[in-house]
Amino acid sequence: MLAKRIIPCLDVKNGRVVKGKNFSGLADVDDPVALAEKYSDGGADELVFYDITASAEGRKLFTDVLRRTAERVFIPLTVGGGINCTDDFAAALDSGADKVSVNSGAIADPGIIDRAAAKYGSQCVVLSVDVKRSGGGFTVFSHGGRVDTGLRAEDWIKQGEQRGAGEIVINSMDTDGVKRGFDLEMLAALTRAVDIPVVASGGAGCIDDFVELFKNSNADAGLGASVFHYGEIAFCDLKRALKNNGIAVRI
Amino acid sequence: MTVGIIDYGCGNLFSLRSSFSRIGARATVTSDKAELIKCDRIVLPGVGAFPEAMQKLNGAELVGTVRDMAAGTPLLGICLGMQMLFDRSSEFGECDGLGMIKGNVVPLDCAAVGLKVPQMGWNALKIDKGCPLFKYTRNGDYVYFVHSYHAVNCGESVTATVDYGGDVTAAVSCGHVFGTQFHPEKSGEVGLNILRAFTEL
Repeated sequence: MLAKRIIPCLDVKNGRVVKGKNFSGLADVDDPVALAEKYSDGGADELVFYDITASAEGRKLFTDVLRRTAERVFIPLTVGGGINCTDDFAAALDSGADKVSVNSGAIADPGIIDRAAAKYGSQCVVLSVDVKRSGGGFTVFSHGGRVDTGLRAEDWIKQGEQRGAGEIVINSMDTDGVKRGFDLEMLAALTRAVDIPVVASGGAGCIDDFVELFKNSNADAGLGASVFHYGEIAFCDLKRALKNNGIAVRI
Repeated sequence: MTVGIIDYGCGNLFSLRSSFSRIGARATVTSDKAELIKCDRIVLPGVGAFPEAMQKLNGAELVGTVRDMAAGTPLLGICLGMQMLFDRSSEFGECDGLGMIKGNVVPLDCAAVGLKVPQMGWNALKIDKGCPLFKYTRNGDYVYFVHSYHAVNCGESVTATVDYGGDVTAAVSCGHVFGTQFHPEKSGEVGLNILRAFTEL
């Protein structure tokens, strides 16, 4: 039986890991390569590296971090942040990424999903969406959550799937950084819209939040950042708790 | 010991090469026939779509080399590389494979049982019979999958399966030819040990 996945997300800026709360007030945490290795050894099922650097120098540092990680860590590696064209996919894949996550780049040019899927395969195209409650529905935001696109989240992820995305990451802006649990209501509505795997993001604060996620939603994976970075949750404790609750996990 | 990773423009070869380095094997990524022939092990990687991958392997004029070498040199096909070892695939119409292992490749059809396609993630191996590739692997060990198609009618060559709406072919072997539907280079220690066993054949 396929195991539910636990995925730590590392936001990387200028070659260092940071974690925001509601997308602002960043605080430096650790060296990404060392952290990635620690997580892999500890039992993380996959890693996400998110490049939040804007500068060219930062970009270069990020690629270097990616390469050094892929040389040492042998679990799937997803890369996101600043992906705007198929060349960006190529650069990430050549540096050792297995999947590339596209967000604002796909909102600006949805065709990037089709082109990347045709060129590199759907298995490496991840559509990441920042979603917030708005006007009685779920709306997609772009540019790190700053711009309201007016797109209905259900429509957008469905379109992403049809265009060839192989996986969807749903980041609830309403629960992100709050650490009071995943947005089960949003996930229930959005996982119904697609048949491809869905990664839940935003709101993980304790072990029970992951137990609730997998018991009460159709998400395939749970993503967390600070709960792992600050050692609030150890992967072995988390996996054991999930297993004790009858959830299939890799131990 | 040199492992030749066939570079025909399909797949993430960075991790594959790194994983062989990690276990102390020298790996070369090449599309050069002369260089491949000197290798002690051959790996056929692959991601993407079956017809395009076959076309690229043909285009690189490597089909004959792979077939000839497999008579004496252990070969490991990974993911789409494994699927290409079979007779044919129905991905985007019918397309012939390398025909090195009996069987064919068809879409995963799991919607009826509520499972998602692709199968993406870690699944537990059910090892069907002793295969030297699994000498360090235990029944129930988790390995990483990403695939929308799977091999059927492989008969005796199946060495391991996983449960995904029924038994799905996870690994095959026939003489010197081995295949894994999962990615050993992405399967942590379990995967590295499978690659180690491959270099120790």
